[in-house]
Amino acid sequence: MMDQGAPSIMTVVDLKVGFGNTTVIDGLNFELREGEILGLIGPSGSGKSVSLRAIVGLLPTRGGDVSFAGQNYSGLSSSEQIVVRRDWGMLFQQGALFSSLNVVENIEFPMREHLDLSPRLRRELARMKLDLVGLPPEAAYSYPSQLLGGMIKRAALARALALDPKILFLDEPTAGLDPIGAGKFDELIVTLSDTLGLSVLMVTHDLDSLQTACDHIVALSGGKLLKAGTLSDMRAATDPWLREYFHGPRAHNPEG
Amino acid sequence: MQLSSSSWYCNGVKNSTESLMARFIELGATQGTGRVILCSGDWTAANARQLEHDIASLPLSPAERSQSSIDISALRRLDTAGAWVLTQLQRDGAGQATDFIGASPKHAALLSRINTYEPKALPPRHSLNPLLVPFSALGRIIVGIAQDIVAVNATLGHILVALAQTLTLRSPLRLASFVHQFEQIILRAIPIVALISLVVGAIITQQTILQLRNFGAAILIVDLAAILMFREIGVLLAAIMVAGRSGSAITAEIGSMRIREEFDALRVIGVDPYQALLLPRIAALIVGLPLLAFVGSMAGLLGAIIVGQAYGGIPMDTFVLRLRDAMSFTSVAVGLLKAPFMGFLIGLLASVEGMKVQGSSESLGRRTTTSVVKSIFVVIVADGVFAIFFAAIRF
Ligand SMILES: Nc1ncnc2c1ncn2[C@@H]1O[C@H](COP(=O)(O)OP(=O)(O)OP(=O)(O)O)[C@@H](O)[C@H]1O
Ligand SMILES: [Mg+2]
Repeated sequence: MMDQGAPSIMTVVDLKVGFGNTTVIDGLNFELREGEILGLIGPSGSGKSVSLRAIVGLLPTRGGDVSFAGQNYSGLSSSEQIVVRRDWGMLFQQGALFSSLNVVENIEFPMREHLDLSPRLRRELARMKLDLVGLPPEAAYSYPSQLLGGMIKRAALARALALDPKILFLDEPTAGLDPIGAGKFDELIVTLSDTLGLSVLMVTHDLDSLQTACDHIVALSGGKLLKAGTLSDMRAATDPWLREYFHGPRAHNPEG
Repeated sequence: MQLSSSSWYCNGVKNSTESLMARFIELGATQGTGRVILCSGDWTAANARQLEHDIASLPLSPAERSQSSIDISALRRLDTAGAWVLTQLQRDGAGQATDFIGASPKHAALLSRINTYEPKALPPRHSLNPLLVPFSALGRIIVGIAQDIVAVNATLGHILVALAQTLTLRSPLRLASFVHQFEQIILRAIPIVALISLVVGAIITQQTILQLRNFGAAILIVDLAAILMFREIGVLLAAIMVAGRSGSAITAEIGSMRIREEFDALRVIGVDPYQALLLPRIAALIVGLPLLAFVGSMAGLLGAIIVGQAYGGIPMDTFVLRLRDAMSFTSVAVGLLKAPFMGFLIGLLASVEGMKVQGSSESLGRRTTTSVVKSIFVVIVADGVFAIFFAAIRF
């Protein structure tokens, strides 16, 4: 739930990303408001993952600005960038849990790096995060290789939440989960966003996620912004791809 | 920030606000039966140490604490760490939960969510009596060796069946794959094997010449080089190089194919993965290693010739003339006979380790290392066994 006039926490202006001779993202504009869950959709290969990686600085950009809370990220010094980055959590598609650490150690890792906490409090906080994402306490000492798909996602989410981020970046969080697990994950994101006041940017192919979790949707196509708006705006769109996407056989429309 | 509780009670005048040394907590007026704990400032992870300290130095007995209430109306920022510390403060008092006063809706929502978390005692981690650790480790090693023997035999059986199937033409001859592997494993290794053998041959010859010169028998270096290079150095260096270079590659390839379920895909399609993937590699090793060993031996001999000229003053034509007598068919044969066995051992161990890779990719690195270590070890041991064997049959 977000209030309508919430200030924007992240703005992407005219973002350009390319590899070699190809330009993958060619002028992308959108903004993420405080407390909102924004869904990023688009055909396979349209550059969703690339734009996410460019926004968090994992890929070099060819132009454009990304600003957080009004500060232009690329204009900051590297120490200021680290401060800004501590307000982010990122959930990678495969979880990206550190395989040599068990689940609590994974969650404790960012805290260990960035916070001055007593070991007892750190352990308690890690276990609380585990509970927050709905993992049983027994999972605490499991290693990533012993976890199942849904649990890996949850454990990775707990790690992404370790530093109480303001913005959460999710790359296809429900891909590879069964519908029940995916539904629970969506619910979890909404609850977390409500209680912790998180702003969420999520790349997804999952129509149900868009319906249950996302406040706004940004559609990408051919490296450009196709349309931004709410779910009903998307349903009303005339663009052939959006029509196919929201009215195709996989879409269960309320209007039937 | 040290605060003794005695000083507390000296200053402590009830029904008035005491100013604490603490930054985030103040004791407020008595309300009803207990005190009011006033919380203010940013209750965030960044301040967690101070928060813990403040709470620890709160001058209230457990009984008093259970009577007190917590006022958080002056709280500015609250994150999960702060909320956790706050709920701990709330629960501290004799298990009786006190109420929060003046919580903003946002803070109240977060606090009530955190409050639902009941820390449960974790199941104790399985830990071993320290005295038993060496025995446990020894047991694991023994079981590991037994499992290895089984695994090697199982893979060997599969490969022999695949070989029989191929030789009886019941499975297709995978010539393209064989040629590709032969190029990767053998042909591309020729430069490095030649170079290393040349250098090692030169070093051994140089050291030997320096000793033989004392006896005026420098010319004997030719006999030594002929026997040593062809019997031992060429084949051993080639085998070690290939074990390091291709043993690891084979394990990594097979392992990643297993992780990505390519093995299972082959089986479902009705193709024996041992026949399609392992046999071409092992065949390339068996056929190719003698070639590499021969190249290595010749390079070692070249090294000996160069050093013989430089240090022993043995001209090239003298060297070659002497070589005609010193060189025997047996020396060459011994080297070339050993090579296929070593190639087979390298391929077998690399395959066994590759097949052990399971699930996650983290085991891949470990298996690859093990594969290289084991195959180099086995190659050297095998060489020793061959040396004893050939000596026994006077070959
Ligand atoms: N490192 C790279 N080098 C070159 N091209 C790349 C690289 N990474 C991505 N691309 C290209 O960028 C384009 C967009 O890729 P991206 O992974 O962002 O797609 P996507 O929208 O996330 O698709 P999907 O829905 O399949 O995940 C693709 O055409 C891809 O080939
Ligand atoms: Mg993607």
